[in-house]
Amino acid sequence: MGIDLFGSLPLVVIWLALGGVGIVIQAFVRDNTRLVFGYYISTLIATGVLAALTFGHTGLTFDGMVTMGGSGAFFDILFCVTGILTMLAARPYLQREDSEIDEFYTLLVSAVSGMMLMAHANNLVVLFVGVELMSISFYVMAGFFRKSIRSIEAALKYFLLGAFATGFLVYGMALVYGSTNALDYATITSVVRAGTTPFPMLLAAGVTLMAVGLCFKIAAFPFHQWAPDVYQGSPTVVSAFMSTAGKAAAFSAFIPAFTMLMPVGAGASYVMNMQLALAVIAAVTMLVGNISAVAQSNVKRMLAFSSVAHAGYLLMGIVSGTAAGHQAIVFYLTAYTFMQLGAFVIVSILERENDGHLEFSDYAGLSKTHPVLAFLMAMFMFSLAGIPPFAGFFGKYMLFIAAIDSGFTWLTIIAVVSSVISVYFYLGLVVKMYFSDPVGEGHATNPGTAALTLGVAAAFTVLLGVLPSVLQSMFTAFH
Amino acid sequence: MLVHYLPLIIMIAIGAIFGLTNIIMAEILGPKRSTRAKLSTYESGMEPVKSARERFTVKFYLVAMMFILFDIEVVFMYPWAVQFKSLGMYGFTAMILFMVLLFSGYLYVVKKGALKWD
Amino acid sequence: MNSAALIPLFPLLGFLVIGLFGKQLKSERLIGIIGSGAILASFAIAVSIFFSFLGMPGEERSMHVPVYTWISTGAFTVNIAYQVDQLSLLFTLIITGIGFLIHVYSIGYMHGDKSFSRFFAYLNLFVFMMLNLVLADNFLLTFLGWEGVGLASYLLIGFWYERKFEGTGIVYTGDAAKKAFIVNRIGDFGVLIAMFILFNTFGTLSYSEIAAQAPTVWAPGTAMVSVVTLLLFLGCTGKSAQIPLGIWLPDAMAGPTPVSALIHAATMVTSGIFLIARNNVLFAMSPSTMAVVTGIGITTALIAGTIGIVQNDIKKVLAYSTVSQLGFMFTALGVGAFTAGVFHVMTHAFFKALLFLGSGSVIHGMHEQQDIQKMGGLKKYMPTTYKTFLIGTLAISGIPFFSGFFSKDEILWMGFLNGSPILWGVGAVAAFTTAFYMWRLTSLTFLGEERFDHHHVHPHESPATMTIPLIVLAVLSAFGGFLGVPHVIGHALHIPNLLEGWLDPIFERGMSFLPKHVGDHAMLEWGLMGASTVIAIAGIMLAKSIYSKGTERAEGIAARMKGIYTLLWNKYYVDEVYNFAVIGPILAVSRDFLWKIFDVKIIDGIVNGSASTVGAGAAALRKIQSGVAQNYALLMMVGIIAFLAWVTLGR
Repeated sequence: MGIDLFGSLPLVVIWLALGGVGIVIQAFVRDNTRLVFGYYISTLIATGVLAALTFGHTGLTFDGMVTMGGSGAFFDILFCVTGILTMLAARPYLQREDSEIDEFYTLLVSAVSGMMLMAHANNLVVLFVGVELMSISFYVMAGFFRKSIRSIEAALKYFLLGAFATGFLVYGMALVYGSTNALDYATITSVVRAGTTPFPMLLAAGVTLMAVGLCFKIAAFPFHQWAPDVYQGSPTVVSAFMSTAGKAAAFSAFIPAFTMLMPVGAGASYVMNMQLALAVIAAVTMLVGNISAVAQSNVKRMLAFSSVAHAGYLLMGIVSGTAAGHQAIVFYLTAYTFMQLGAFVIVSILERENDGHLEFSDYAGLSKTHPVLAFLMAMFMFSLAGIPPFAGFFGKYMLFIAAIDSGFTWLTIIAVVSSVISVYFYLGLVVKMYFSDPVGEGHATNPGTAALTLGVAAAFTVLLGVLPSVLQSMFTAFH
Repeated sequence: MLVHYLPLIIMIAIGAIFGLTNIIMAEILGPKRSTRAKLSTYESGMEPVKSARERFTVKFYLVAMMFILFDIEVVFMYPWAVQFKSLGMYGFTAMILFMVLLFSGYLYVVKKGALKWD
Repeated sequence: MNSAALIPLFPLLGFLVIGLFGKQLKSERLIGIIGSGAILASFAIAVSIFFSFLGMPGEERSMHVPVYTWISTGAFTVNIAYQVDQLSLLFTLIITGIGFLIHVYSIGYMHGDKSFSRFFAYLNLFVFMMLNLVLADNFLLTFLGWEGVGLASYLLIGFWYERKFEGTGIVYTGDAAKKAFIVNRIGDFGVLIAMFILFNTFGTLSYSEIAAQAPTVWAPGTAMVSVVTLLLFLGCTGKSAQIPLGIWLPDAMAGPTPVSALIHAATMVTSGIFLIARNNVLFAMSPSTMAVVTGIGITTALIAGTIGIVQNDIKKVLAYSTVSQLGFMFTALGVGAFTAGVFHVMTHAFFKALLFLGSGSVIHGMHEQQDIQKMGGLKKYMPTTYKTFLIGTLAISGIPFFSGFFSKDEILWMGFLNGSPILWGVGAVAAFTTAFYMWRLTSLTFLGEERFDHHHVHPHESPATMTIPLIVLAVLSAFGGFLGVPHVIGHALHIPNLLEGWLDPIFERGMSFLPKHVGDHAMLEWGLMGASTVIAIAGIMLAKSIYSKGTERAEGIAARMKGIYTLLWNKYYVDEVYNFAVIGPILAVSRDFLWKIFDVKIIDGIVNGSASTVGAGAAALRKIQSGVAQNYALLMMVGIIAFLAWVTLGR
């Protein structure tokens, strides 16, 4: 039956490597974190390479439930790279915190496999399995510091609210199925476009509830409130991973799902309402994210709110509903992943036991005590604020243009205003690092393999700003 | 339209009657020799005397979770078995892979000592 | 991809390698080899392109090398692309050739400095930026390079940031760096506005397209051309240290001497000349701008030359000399003698780099002593430095058949021909001061009695890494002029003017807008050439008569002409005038009005207002973010209901 072995390789390899081999290795090997770490790094590298090889090999596999190549393969590479970078940063961090247990890497890879499934989903059930695989891994990872109350609290909150939101996602899927009598994207979209469903109201409700579920995953208002608490409480490297790869995965599912469910300018009557409602959500999300971030004194929490705000910017691409908008999302996600990851990893390097050294005031004079870290942090902050020539600038630019082209000028104006607000706290940190004197004596830091993560993140933050065409040229292969 | 649902209604009715009959028959026919142990909430389980907020040992949960896992696996295998012929080699390979993955997970759980009861 | 794209790549790689791994490399030798090797590789490519060009007819000696498209959205496209033609190649050869020699020299000069690798990283960065500046095919890339060299210059002037440095309002070298940076910003602002106007008018920033369209869009001599070119020229006065923005260059001498040689003499400061030469069509279309360029150029040449006479810091004399020579170059451009201007850029690069490196050798040998009054008689201790320095002095003074003679004489002659006899006269006086202060410098440094403290200072010749570049540059300074022999001499000696033939295709279009002088002036030209030679020799003789015995006679003269001396010593009080007339009022206005009223009352009011609005919003949002999961679920539920109602019921 319908299975294309070559095109399915990235998914098959990561599943077998994880479930078939990795678990067995861990069953027999005790406390050998180095082996497990190396094994999963190689797994992710192999998966990433296979994804790159299958990039041009588009089509459907697994009975048409899963797509191959194209944007899915691109996201595979992004997830694998993010996974590798997170693992590199996590090892020294977990060792410092005395919590390195080999299951951490298993969970991370299982989350990656879930994300890949989300990006490749061509069927509502597959999408749901992917979402759950990722989310459940995240719930456990969030509570990975079992002795820290904050970490436990983060895990529990995330789990409760996540389960709540997942319920709506499934309910939405059920309603969509009920009104279109199909689970695969192609059939659903043909019904939606033709407007032939006997239950238009149910369809609209189903789409809305699915949007709710996905908005929860990307942390958009009013489904964002878990994000600051969870990102602050979780181990910093986990926050880094969740707020980058997790958000990218949610959008990788959001784009095809809403190309299907919200075909701008065709058939279904709810589309206009949906588009406008999402635009309002986007606007409020970025305002709430950025305004809340202004009031924060904790760097980790500030980054959490910044991640909320970025969900708002990214939603603009969904609102536009055009290919250009979707490309802008992919570009900005890639850029955002590297700069946000870089910023979080720096926080993880500077962090001390019991959530120590996380306040803005702890970063005073960092340029004198840790010039390289301060420089990189400043770079990531500039990029997050959207200052050229860094990657963030081009991503924002493309999103704004896409929104204007779809007639959402007011949304773009709000986006610009909230970007201006965001400059306040991004540059606030830079000012703190460069124009104030260090308080107390600086402590030694040993980034270890996290240095590699920072190097790659910084390189991409610059590269995507200086050579945006590299990524843009890949998009032509998508469509 | 509603005619199509008639078998379902009959089914519900039979189920209800069967269940009720059993309870009532037991009440009428059964001997009644009450002891303290028999009247307790969980006849052969824990002593329901302390605070209800007692912590259960994690072993209970682990076993329960494993049980549900394999329970669902079996449920999954029924429709597969019914369609076995039409699914052919593809379906067979898929199920073998599924079993392998599940088994490796089981191996892991056993090796980590989740089923050790002391 | 053309090999020309590799020219800027090597210095970039050098910068990255040394910048990132400099501390790990440890070995000074290795860093030196990487740093100089990168420049040498670029130079080799430039030379190979040069020879391939020689095999082509003049009009075809031009390559457009697209590297990649940087920004491409809608109407706005920016290409990173290089325009390799006669002009940019000549500048590239100067930058990489002399740059290489100075890199080699720096290995010896910076030996033992604790920031050795940082120095080479900056130096490579500078070369990379400078190459982008001259090779760019559009304004934006040039501007990027323009800002980049400014940054590199800032970093290098303040390289020894903890050292003290004397100047008006300056205490530390860092202050000098800041001054250079800020003064340049004023000029850059002009360039930026000019770029906006050009993009608005032509829809492109490409040099070739603007040059092609400009004559059809703007009539020659219209106000718009003058505005744009004057704005560009404002940038040039900043970068090339002309009046009124020239005050930063002498203070820039706070940087290490190789930096002064490379950046503040041979290359960066000539980028103003490059910009005008590159846009010769635009400038030629505006006679009024050309007149301004001429006026500023010749005035700067004279004023800087006279200040140079009384300075006692060996590097400051050379700095004022540089300002003065740049003035000559602008004079040439202003009278439409583009080739002569670029020719002087080249010969000046040779002899001024030589003189700076020579002065560096002296400073090195004298243990960081820079005051020429405390030198003298060094000829005995540093023979190679002395001989090469002497050649440089003769070249800059305009002694016949040394390189400076040809280029300076060409400028004076063109000034006479296209401008007026007065222009020639002022230029001749400036040339006289040049000869005078240069001989004064040579005499006080190398000749006469030894005025330094023998107990503490033991002058010694510099190592080979420093003297070999001196010798190479001396050869170039001596014979480099033969590339652009003036027609009358060339005619007599049967030597063609190679440079003019080389650059003609570049300036052809610009020249077509300028009036042409026909007729045979051979006798007149011979006469003026003779006169300027006499003037140069007179300058040297006068200096010799005053300074050959040391400083006493000079002190006597200074005492008798106290007024003029004080005026010159204080550099015409330019810094003070700036402080009084510009900086003071600006400070007063900004303090009393902008800060106390405008800023505190109005801007702060607005900012605080919006900040407090944001703050209030943040406080409100903070309340919603209670930390209680049930409340979060409640808000989600409210959101879901609203969302559902909107989508399903909304019309």
